Amino acid sequence: MKRMSIAEALREGIAEEMARDEAVFCIGEDISVPGGWGGAFTVTLGLEKLFPDRMIDTPIAEAGFFGVSVGAAVMGMRPIADVQYGDFLLCAMDQIHSNASMLRYMSGGTVKVPMVMRAPVGATGRGAQHARSTERFFVGTPGIKVVAVSTAYDAKGMLKAAVRDDNPVMIFEHKLLYGSKGARAESGAVDATSEIPEGDYTVPLDKAAVRREGSDVTIIGWLLMAHLAASAAESLAAEGVEADVIDARSLSPFDYDTIGASVRKTGRVVIVEEGPKTGGVSAELAAGIAERFSDSLKAPVVRVASPDVPVPFAPVLENAYRPDPPRIIAAVHGLMR
Amino acid sequence: MGTDTIKKYEKEFLLGLYERMFLIREFEEQVKFLFLEGVMPGTIHQCQGQEATAVGVCTALNNDDFITSTHRPHGHALAKGVSPESMLIELFGGVTGCCKGKGGSMHIGDVDKGMLPAIAIVGGGIPLATGMGLAFKMKKTPQVVATFFGDGATSEGAFHEGINMAAIWDLPVVFVCENNFYGASTHVNKVTRLKCIADRAAGYGIRGETVDGNDVLAVYEAAQTAVQECRDGKGPVLLELETYRITGHSRRDACQYQPKEERERWKNNEPIGAFGRVLVTRDDVDEGDLEAIRSQVEQTVVSAIKVGRSAPEPTVADLLTDVYA
Repeated sequence: MKRMSIAEALREGIAEEMARDEAVFCIGEDISVPGGWGGAFTVTLGLEKLFPDRMIDTPIAEAGFFGVSVGAAVMGMRPIADVQYGDFLLCAMDQIHSNASMLRYMSGGTVKVPMVMRAPVGATGRGAQHARSTERFFVGTPGIKVVAVSTAYDAKGMLKAAVRDDNPVMIFEHKLLYGSKGARAESGAVDATSEIPEGDYTVPLDKAAVRREGSDVTIIGWLLMAHLAASAAESLAAEGVEADVIDARSLSPFDYDTIGASVRKTGRVVIVEEGPKTGGVSAELAAGIAERFSDSLKAPVVRVASPDVPVPFAPVLENAYRPDPPRIIAAVHGLMR
Repeated sequence: MGTDTIKKYEKEFLLGLYERMFLIREFEEQVKFLFLEGVMPGTIHQCQGQEATAVGVCTALNNDDFITSTHRPHGHALAKGVSPESMLIELFGGVTGCCKGKGGSMHIGDVDKGMLPAIAIVGGGIPLATGMGLAFKMKKTPQVVATFFGDGATSEGAFHEGINMAAIWDLPVVFVCENNFYGASTHVNKVTRLKCIADRAAGYGIRGETVDGNDVLAVYEAAQTAVQECRDGKGPVLLELETYRITGHSRRDACQYQPKEERERWKNNEPIGAFGRVLVTRDDVDEGDLEAIRSQVEQTVVSAIKVGRSAPEPTVADLLTDVYA
C-alpha cells in the first residue's frame, strides 16, 4: 500500500495499462514535452521516458485529435485522449457526439470505439471558460459511458477499467482533487488521496459508492461535491441527523440499485451538483429517482446546485457559485422539517 | 484521357473500371427511381457524374486499405466492394443490410470491405482518417486510408485539423477532395479565394495535385502515385479531383443554381460516356462489349433491388441493441 494523489494514481494506472497492452497510447496537448508539465495537471508527467513512441503531443486542435482518437480506436488502438480543461471538450463535440458515440450503432454493431477521454472540470479561480462542469453535456449521450472520480483509488481503478472497456468512456476529474504538486498545485485543493494497493485492480464503471451510512437522508454528489456532501454529513451527525452519502461516480449509466437501496431506507434525497441547476445532471437524477422510487419518498427530491450563471472570477462570487456544506445542510434541514 | 494511355492497360482491367462506374450509375439511377416512386424511405444524396473519382481512387487501393466517406457515399461504397445487395437492403431499412438497417443511406459502410460507415457531418470523417492512418503507422502495417470529402468540407475546421496532423506525423492518408464546384447549392468561388483547392496543400507542407476527376484513368494514376507515396512513408497527399454532380444535391433538387450551359458541358463530358468513347478506340474493344457489360450490370441491380425490397425489417427489440460493445 502507498498513499497517492489522484494525479499520481492516474499516472500509475496509465503506465500499467500501457505496459500491459501495446495498443494503449496517450494523445493530447502538452502531455509529454520534456521540461513541460505532463498535461495541465501533471497526470502524464514523465511517461514519455517509459513509452517514447506512445505519448503523442498534438497541435492545439481538440476536434482534430478527438477525431484522430476515434479513427485509431476503430482500427484497434486504445487511445487515452486528454483535454487540458473540460471546457475544451466542446471544441471536440462533433467528434465525440457524432462519431465516438454513434459509430457502433450506425454500423449495426460492426465497429467498436474503445477510447478513453479524460477531462478536468470545476470552478477554480480561472473565470468562466476554464471552469465549467461539462458532465451535463455527455450524460444522456447514448453510446458513451461517463464516470467522475473523486478518490485516488477510484481514479486508478476506473481508469484501468475504462481502458479495457470496448466503448468510449469519458472520465471527469476535478481540478481541486488532483493533488497536483509544485507549480501546478491548486489553491483550495481538497485531499482526495487514497491508499493504493500493490498490483492490478479495477473499479467497475457502473457502480455508485456509499461513502457514509445513515438512515435519515440520502445525499448524492460526485467529484468535489461528494467530498463536500461527506463534510456536511459530519456536521449533520453532530446534531443527530444521520446521512447516507453516495458518490454517484457512474453518471451514465446511473447506478439506481445503490441509489434506490438508500432512498428506500431514508425516503429523503438531496442531490448536490456543481454547475447550473437548470438542465443539469441532478435534474436527470432527480427525475429518475422520482420515477422509480416515488413510493419510498417522504418528500420531493431537493437539488443543491449552482445558479444559472456562467462561472464568475472574483473569489467571493466563485464561492457563492459553488455549492458548499452550509447550503447542503440547509437543504437537509428543509427536508427534515 | 488519350488513346495512348488506354493502350497501356490490359483490356480486362479497363473493362472492370467501366463496369464499376456503370454499376454506380445504374445503382444511383434505379435508387432515384425508387425514391420518386415513393417506395424507398429516407432521403438520398447521389453521385451521378462523379463515378470516376470513386472508382479511380478505390482501384488504387488494396482490399485491406480503408476509405472514409460522406453523406454522398453510394459510389464510394460500390467502388470499394460493398455489395449492391447489402446496400439496397440497408436503403430499404432491412435488418440484413450492411448496417442492419441502423445506418441508412448516409452511413453506408462495411468495415470488412475496408469502408468505415460514412460520416455525414461535412468534414467530420477527415480527422477519423488521420487517426486510422496513425493506427496503421503505430502498428507498422502497410495500409493506407483514403478519405473522400467535397469542396465544401475544405472550409470546415475538421479539414484543417485533420490534414495538419496527418502532415506533421507523415501519415499514410490520401485526402481526396471531390471538387464538384458546389457545396449543396453554394458555388466554390463564393467560399474560397483560391482558384485551386489543391493549393491548400502548401499550407500543410504536403504535396497537392489537381486532376481531371472525370477521367477515370487520370484519377487512378494519380491515386496510385499518392497511395505509393503513403506506403513509402512520404504521405500524406491532397488530391483534388474536379468533377460534377449531374443530379440534385438531394432528392427533389432541380439544380436551378447550376447554369444550364455549365450543366450541359459537364453532362457531355460525364465520365462513363467519355471512358467508353476512348475504350472503343482499342482494337480489341467494341460497343458490343460495353453493351454486354451494361446489360449484365442492369441485371445485377434488378436482382439486388428484388433482394432489398424483400429483406426482413428489424424487430422493435433491435432498437436497443448495438449501442454499446
